[in-house]
Amino acid sequence: MAARLELRGQVFEVKAGQTLYHALEKLGIAPQTVLPVRAGELITEDEILQDGETVKLVAVVSGGAG
Amino acid sequence: MKCDRCGGKAAYQMRHHHLALCKADYLEWLPARVERSIKKTSMFTQADRILAAVSGGKDSFSLWDILNRLGYQADGLYIHLGIDTLDYSSHSQALCERFADTRGLRLIVVNLAQEYGLPIQDMARREKRGAGKPCAVCGLAKRHIMNRVASQGGYTAVATGHNLDDEAAVLLGNTLEWKLDSLQRQAPVLAEKPGLSRKVKPLCRVYEREAAAYALLSGIEYIYEECPYAAGSKAFVYKDLLNRMEAERPGAKLSFYLEFLRARREGFLDGVQQEATAELHTCPVCGQPTTSAAACAFCRMVGQAQAVLSASPGLNDSKL
Repeated sequence: MAARLELRGQVFEVKAGQTLYHALEKLGIAPQTVLPVRAGELITEDEILQDGETVKLVAVVSGGAG
Repeated sequence: MKCDRCGGKAAYQMRHHHLALCKADYLEWLPARVERSIKKTSMFTQADRILAAVSGGKDSFSLWDILNRLGYQADGLYIHLGIDTLDYSSHSQALCERFADTRGLRLIVVNLAQEYGLPIQDMARREKRGAGKPCAVCGLAKRHIMNRVASQGGYTAVATGHNLDDEAAVLLGNTLEWKLDSLQRQAPVLAEKPGLSRKVKPLCRVYEREAAAYALLSGIEYIYEECPYAAGSKAFVYKDLLNRMEAERPGAKLSFYLEFLRARREGFLDGVQQEATAELHTCPVCGQPTTSAAACAFCRMVGQAQAVLSASPGLNDSKL
C-alpha cells in the first residue's frame, strides 16, 4: 500500500491511505512550497493518497520575479 | 474539501484566507483580488498603457493574463539575457512568444547581446558588482531596458510580476540589515519622475503559491526550471524562513508586508525619504536619469564591455 510523490525529478515512496498533508509533513516538505497535481488536476492537501498512484508536486518557490 | 463558493470540489485551499475554491471560482477570485490591489493603490487605470515585463515564469505570465482578462491595455516585454545554460533564455523567449501568440497580445523582445554586444554573464564578468554572479548586473540591465522601452513606446507604467513572497523576502532582508534607504524605496507603486517610468507591482498581495496555482489552473505553459544563476540566492533563505513562519501562523507573510506598508504610509520612514532624495542628472549617453555626474551605471557597463570587444575583435569572448 504505497503512493509516490514526485518533486523536481525526485520520487518519494509514502504510505497510501494517509492525507497528502501528513505525507508532506513526514517528508519535511512545507505544503506552501508545492502544488500537488494528480492526473493533471490540482488537488487540496486533505486528499487521501491512493495505493499505486503518483502525485506530482510542482515547486512554487523561485529566486526572483518570474 | 468543498469549494466555499459553489460547494463543488475544491482545487485550491488558502489557509491564510480561510478559503478553498474550485477551479472556476479561483480563476474569478484571483483577478478580482488583483483588481482591488490596483485600485486601492491607484496603480493605473484602463486609460493607461501598461508594459508587462515577462520572463516566461509563472508570476509574470499570471500577471499578464490577469491584466488582459481585466481589460487593461498591456503589452509584454521579454529581455533575452543570453543565458545559454540549459538553453534558458531561448526557451523562455519561445514560451513568451507562444503565450502572446495564443492570446493575440503584443510582445516586444530585446536581445541584450544583439543590442549591447554581450550576454549578461559576460557583462557581469567585467563588473565589480557582478563578481561571481550576474544577478546584480541583470537587475541593472533589466531596469534600464524596461525604462527605455516604456519611454520610447509611450507606456505609462511598467508592471512586474513581483509577488507577496518576493516582497516579503526583500522586506525581511532589508529589515535584518536595517537598510532604511532600501526600505523607503519598497512600495507597490513607484511614481514616475522625469525620464523614469512609473513602476507597479500588481501581484504584491498575491502569495507566490497563489500565482502558481493560477498559472496551473489556467493551463499556462511556463518555465519550471529556475534561472541557473539563482542557486544560493539570499531570496531562497528568506523565503524559507518566511514559509516556516507561515506554516505556524497562516497569514504571517501577508501581515508582515501589509503592516510594513501601513507603517510606511503613516510616516515611519519619512526622515529617510529626505536623506534618500539624491540629485538626478541626465546620462550623456542614453539620456536616462542617473545619480552619477557622468554616464549612468548601465552605460558605463556597456561601454567597458564594448571597449574590450573592440580591442580584441577576433577573440572568443570566453577567453577575454
